[in-house]
Amino acid sequence: MEPMLVVDDLRVAFPSRDGGWVEAVRGVSFVLGRERLGIVGESGSGKSQTGRAIMGLTAPDARVSARRLSFNGVDLLYCTPAQRRALRGGRIAMVLQDPKFSLNPVMTIGQQIVETLQAHSRVSAAEARLQALAALASVQIDDPKRVFKLYPHQVSGGMGQRAMIAMMLIARPDLLIADEPTSALDVTVQLEVLEILDALVLQRGMGLIFISHDLRLVSGFCDRILVMYAGRVVEELPAGGLTNAQHPYTQGLLNCLPKLGVDQHPLPTLKRQPEWAQ
Amino acid sequence: MNQASAPASVTGTASQYKSVGLEVQNLRVEYGDFVAVADTSFAVQAGDSFGIVGESGSGKSTVLRAICGLAASTGRVQLLGPLAQTLPAPGSKPFRRLVQMVFQDPYGSLHPRHTVDKILAEPLAIHGIKNEQARIEQALDEVGLGQGFRFRYPHQLSGGQRQRIAVARALILEPQILLLDEPTSALDASVQAEVLNLLEGLRIRRGLTFIMVSHDLAVVTHLCQRLMVMQRGQTVELLSSGDLTANRTKDPYTQKLMQASGGFRRTLAVRQK
Repeated sequence: MEPMLVVDDLRVAFPSRDGGWVEAVRGVSFVLGRERLGIVGESGSGKSQTGRAIMGLTAPDARVSARRLSFNGVDLLYCTPAQRRALRGGRIAMVLQDPKFSLNPVMTIGQQIVETLQAHSRVSAAEARLQALAALASVQIDDPKRVFKLYPHQVSGGMGQRAMIAMMLIARPDLLIADEPTSALDVTVQLEVLEILDALVLQRGMGLIFISHDLRLVSGFCDRILVMYAGRVVEELPAGGLTNAQHPYTQGLLNCLPKLGVDQHPLPTLKRQPEWAQ
Repeated sequence: MNQASAPASVTGTASQYKSVGLEVQNLRVEYGDFVAVADTSFAVQAGDSFGIVGESGSGKSTVLRAICGLAASTGRVQLLGPLAQTLPAPGSKPFRRLVQMVFQDPYGSLHPRHTVDKILAEPLAIHGIKNEQARIEQALDEVGLGQGFRFRYPHQLSGGQRQRIAVARALILEPQILLLDEPTSALDASVQAEVLNLLEGLRIRRGLTFIMVSHDLAVVTHLCQRLMVMQRGQTVELLSSGDLTANRTKDPYTQKLMQASGGFRRTLAVRQK
């Protein structure tokens, strides 16, 4: 049987002003089962565009191509918009970086969760409300009834991000794409949100693609890590295999971080080699 | 413009204040009923580097804003130095020249419709400093950007380059104290290393005093010898970087921050298995 997600030679290109195309993702390939995959890279490496292409959220003027891009046997490149809509949010869900900007500011958190649920299954309003409350409880929100009625600006960043996770998981997707889900949060809150995400992914046996710029965070969280540079995967690492990273880019990225208790002045910097982008 | 005379005048006027530190006593910032900073006191000796860490809303940035007069505050802010009586008072123009700030977001802190040249010329015009051509050239060299960047707009620069311009804009007035508000948190890890190295090199070369705010303990302990931990406007703990990294902390909140900065460990998942 084919794995849940097959990505083979994915390319995403954007039109440039001079009439040509700029490739942001240049031939990314991987398969994903019910596991946690991390995609790490710096800004502009194409990590987010990879996630967006799978989700079907690439900007309309961009060009997405691949030898194969399939999810549970459905060819994502050639399915109809209606099929794509049914998958998006239903079977594949995405958690975005900043709850301040990605939740609807004029709908209460409860309404937004109910809306997601009703878009993907036929449930009565009362049933939807109960499920939304249960979803809020499952992300360890103490008083779901109160938070249900709040608007996004009335909750903290950590609470907003939990609400978004609850919303994304309510349709019980098979695959969750988390694009920098904790980068806008404080370190202590970050850990709480990660623990919740981790537990839910484990309980429900979902596949997870965790996109982040933070190599150390991802290595503690995922089963396997793809390191991206200039639109390509330069290295694949097993969990906890950071110390054995072979590619000079991965090594350089790790070395240039200041470490607690390590006195290193000046910090080593990353010397970018043109052949990494080849 | 006579280029040969530039170096002498570049090191002119402001250098009468050498090695200046800063002391803050009972600094308090309130917004209505909300106390953003509650009676904070600390002193930073000349040439030292002092860090302030805490989570969002802890008041750490507000301390910096109060020092340079961007937030109304009560309490005392004063410069420390050998010629204490002649040091400028907070809020005065000479004080604002000696104490310069670098902001967090290089995408938001540079005027989008001004060229680098104009951005760097503005503080010189405000303070009536002559010889601006030479100073702009020198400032760009000092932050490791060539003259080729001089007539670019901010959108033509990368994040790291923009933050270098922000540092150059602060340095062009020859300040003695730099207030750094999360100077690298909007930057990629590899760019962060370059900017941290730049800041440290400048501090050593020019004998600057730093007060840096960050949520990243590793960054703060890398750059600062001493630091203050804040939570909800209160000072939790004042300690040295060595004590922090060796885990000689007194307050449980500091320990919690330390643990969190260690990264994610799969405790919950292990418990469930």
